Amino acid sequence: MPMLDLEFMRLAFGAGIVVGLLAPAVGFFLVQRRLSLVGDGIGHVAFAGVALGYLLNLPLVLTALVVSVTGGLSIEWIRSRRRTAGDQALALIFYTGIAGGVVLVSAAGALNVNLFQFLFGSILTVTRGDLAVIAALGACALAAIALLYRPLVAVVVDEEGARVAGLPVSALNALTVALAAVTIALSMRIVGILLIAALMVLPVIAASRIAWSMRSTILLGMGIGLGSVLAGITIAYYADLPPGGTTVLVAAAVVLAAEVWSAVRG
Amino acid sequence: MHGVSFAYGHTPLVLRDVDLEVQRGEFVAIAGPNGGGKTTLVRLVVGLEQPTSGRIELLVRKVGYLPQRAQAGIDAPVTVRELVNTGRASRTRLLGPLSGTDRNAVREAIDRVALTSQADRRLSTLSGGQQQRAFIAKALAAEPELLVLDEPTTGVDVEAQDTIAALLERLRGELGMTILYVSHEFGAVERFVERIVLVRGGIVFDGPPSALPDVWHDPSHAHA
Repeated sequence: MPMLDLEFMRLAFGAGIVVGLLAPAVGFFLVQRRLSLVGDGIGHVAFAGVALGYLLNLPLVLTALVVSVTGGLSIEWIRSRRRTAGDQALALIFYTGIAGGVVLVSAAGALNVNLFQFLFGSILTVTRGDLAVIAALGACALAAIALLYRPLVAVVVDEEGARVAGLPVSALNALTVALAAVTIALSMRIVGILLIAALMVLPVIAASRIAWSMRSTILLGMGIGLGSVLAGITIAYYADLPPGGTTVLVAAAVVLAAEVWSAVRG
Repeated sequence: MHGVSFAYGHTPLVLRDVDLEVQRGEFVAIAGPNGGGKTTLVRLVVGLEQPTSGRIELLVRKVGYLPQRAQAGIDAPVTVRELVNTGRASRTRLLGPLSGTDRNAVREAIDRVALTSQADRRLSTLSGGQQQRAFIAKALAAEPELLVLDEPTTGVDVEAQDTIAALLERLRGELGMTILYVSHEFGAVERFVERIVLVRGGIVFDGPPSALPDVWHDPSHAHA
């Protein structure tokens, strides 16, 4: 049967299109600020959010969204106060998130296969309601990036210069991690909490080897992200593989190809 | 600056009782040994740090600031034009693309530093001197009344230092800007500055280069 005849595949592709475009668009700003691993940290906090949802019988995506945004803003707050190094702030939130998740999910009696789907993604889990939330929040996040593209780039290029120019740098930095948290919460159905950070970072790394400007890097990264998700879901369907792992392996292969192309080009 | 003292957190004072007045249109060199407080002094001027005690009055509205190279993200895949676009931030609205007026100002700033033919090249493919000129263009895009440059010639060859020095002198003449130029070495710019301020925990000399005592002639080894 052609895969698009199946509703769950159409829903998975719909969510995949949003995630494939959004993850690299947000990841671009994390990579350029050398905060590539922030996505991983927030992913682990999202795990605690899913566990809390199980425990309290709340909608899992929305619970993960609220907990992720809170965790992301906490990382940025600790980092910006400069009393703790960025990697230490990340470690604190990272391990607290995963430990809290394990304790909460155990208390909820949910240490089962459903949790595995959130950790590594599943094309069977996207509902119509999920797709509506993913599409609406994804469109808002992309619109925010498009509207604030110039000041976000100004902070990436020269944070202190942006402060002197009077830009609201702290608010823009908080927005970046909040967008990362939203992306992770939206993507966990398809790519999984443990792998979503890769989709935020790998397409941007591949694009930066090929691109000729900031704008072309972000657009190319979004194209690579979209292609990786669509290819990953398709391969996962026909080969009966987890979509998150397949998508990330496709993105990693594109990074390798871009490295080779960059080396050959000189 | 009136009686300005500054310390980072609970550490000893980096600057103590600094009084400094700069007139509009002056070209002032801020010199002194590494760790003497000259970068801290200009960070106070541009508002990146707040004084522990004392008072700072800035009578200009637009400031162009060129931080030390290590603080700027030149690893980003940014072109010269994209970099200079970001310098327009203080003159334009927060949301949406640049207006035609803004794009003209960016083009003019790039032209002033003679990088028009490299405007769409990635910054990382340019020489150190060209990269610094691109950052100067970024500062110029704000049409500043005060230009503050922190160690703009560090890691740049002598020829490029001469080019940057001549460029700054020309900009001051054409645009009437006030320039604060921080460096632990001067070379080419020494013949353009009207005033040297030596900083070593406070101001230990303030006057024309010709009045600089021989013992302090190399400002990087200035001692009180």
